[in-house]
Amino acid sequence: MSTRTPTPVLQARGLVKRYGHVTAVDGADFDLLPGEVLAVIGDNGAGKSSLVKALTGAVTPDEGEIRLNGEAVRFSGPQDARAHGIETVYQDLAVAASMDIASNMFLGRELRRPGPLGSVLRMLDRKRMREEAAEHMADLKIGLRSLTQPVETLSGGQRQAVAVARAVAWARSVVVMDEPTAALGVKESGQVLDLIRRVRDRGLPVVLISHNMPHVFEIADRIHVHRMGRRAALIKPGDHSMSEVVAIMTGALTVDEDGGGTVVADAEAAKAAGVGTD
Amino acid sequence: MTTSTAPYADLTGPTFARRIMTAPTAGPLAALVLACAFFSLTTDQFLSGGNFSLVIQQVMVVGTLAIGQTLIILTAGIDLSCGAVMAFGSIVIARTAAAGTVPPLVAIALGLTVCAGFGLVNGLLVKLIPLPPFIVTLGMLNVAFALTHIYSKEQTVSDLPSQLTFLGGTFPLGRTDVTYGSLVALALFALFAYLLSSTSWGRHVYALGNSSEAARLNGIRIGRLTIGLYALAGLVYGVAALLLISRTGVGDPQAGQTDNLDSITAVVLGGTSLFGGRGSVLGSLIGALIVGVFRNGLQLMGVASIYQTLITGVLVILAVTVDQLSRKRTR
Repeated sequence: MSTRTPTPVLQARGLVKRYGHVTAVDGADFDLLPGEVLAVIGDNGAGKSSLVKALTGAVTPDEGEIRLNGEAVRFSGPQDARAHGIETVYQDLAVAASMDIASNMFLGRELRRPGPLGSVLRMLDRKRMREEAAEHMADLKIGLRSLTQPVETLSGGQRQAVAVARAVAWARSVVVMDEPTAALGVKESGQVLDLIRRVRDRGLPVVLISHNMPHVFEIADRIHVHRMGRRAALIKPGDHSMSEVVAIMTGALTVDEDGGGTVVADAEAAKAAGVGTD
Repeated sequence: MTTSTAPYADLTGPTFARRIMTAPTAGPLAALVLACAFFSLTTDQFLSGGNFSLVIQQVMVVGTLAIGQTLIILTAGIDLSCGAVMAFGSIVIARTAAAGTVPPLVAIALGLTVCAGFGLVNGLLVKLIPLPPFIVTLGMLNVAFALTHIYSKEQTVSDLPSQLTFLGGTFPLGRTDVTYGSLVALALFALFAYLLSSTSWGRHVYALGNSSEAARLNGIRIGRLTIGLYALAGLVYGVAALLLISRTGVGDPQAGQTDNLDSITAVVLGGTSLFGGRGSVLGSLIGALIVGVFRNGLQLMGVASIYQTLITGVLVILAVTVDQLSRKRTR
């Protein structure tokens, strides 16, 4: 095994984002390796959503550097990040309910008919959009009976699948998913987690923002724990228990240098969390 | 969600039969056919070429306004000012042309520009401040109404040059006399039906009406799109102003006062949702025809005009109820 780590797909060093007197991101680092599912967890107010917004172009950081495939980048907005191959699946899915699956998949990126029909009459190429949508759905093994039914007739899990398929279809570098299982039942959550695995298996790295510890432990290759505006730890789920990770999130434990063990930072809090007494 | 990769039955698009069955215009169309059948049976004159010509001429102006209204309602907005803006546009065209200060074609261009300007201001206020469309267009209704009366000095403008009334001329089609103006209105319907159903712009309008946030996150420039839609609706009201002049042959400051609500009635009866994102201009054409046929048929039956207004009011409430209930079901 090579000792050199691969170039991170998406990397940030020393990101700072202030809103007035509040420093939401306070010198945060971030590393996403090729082909991994990286979970980003943190308590409410830890600044993980500001971090993710900076990485997806929704906000511009005040300080720090973002590198995409090793090259320094500066996103002027979400569109710019998308143009760089970073796609985001938003919590509320951002789908147009009355429109069908293919239309949603190509929303804002519609294909036109070849020749004068497209260039002069601006006519949409419905057939090609349907065919390509079907291909993308088949790639991810998402079986839906129909591509022409409105998205509003789909279940929550199916809608999530459409949103994920759309992001995967356009993402060249990274897919960011914001709480993809938050609104779903047990069975549907399982299906979405399967879907995330298939995305990773196609070689596309996934950033998963989630509050759901069992889901994070089930699917993540590594966990980025965010606390007080910066990265508190970057760990592998196999090395730590779920309650240890929660304790890191709340500051009861800290992770030692090599990332293997934990150090009790706040004995009382750690005791309350039931960890770190050994 | 299953893991089957069976080919989609509808990869080539919905079948013709399915399209007819699920078309949101199927209900309104059935209502129109029923209304026509009813009035054909109860009155002698309804099924005559002359009467058809009359209905179409009456529907033409409100129908054209309904095109602009559809654009606004598709974005979950509403335009209460359309009739008043049309009236002001028609006075601008009539007065500038009748005074002979400008050639008739320039007067028409001036009227279209003024109407588009009103739409643009509506759009800017709705999007940039931002203000609710209901309030903005209610205010603009009064502004345009007042300007119409101030500018016209309460005088009807007559003796218009023939270029302004050309569209009111007719040609025979079977036993019906068809006005050139109704061809213009039909062409506008066809144009907007195409733009809404078959171009990216149309998709973006529907997406905006579904969820402006989703549209924004998908890279659609919703500010530009919204303001453009209001301005475009204004331009369409300008065309309606021209059709109005050509039909009546005069510039009448009292015109258009019931057309604000009639255009909304037509749009709603045509199956376009007041909540935005679903509907079509074809539906609005059918809706306008329903209003026209009811008004005309009831008149032929000898029903007083105030009862016609009553019945149209009931129809609108029915249509909105259907819209609301069908939305609940799909949720």
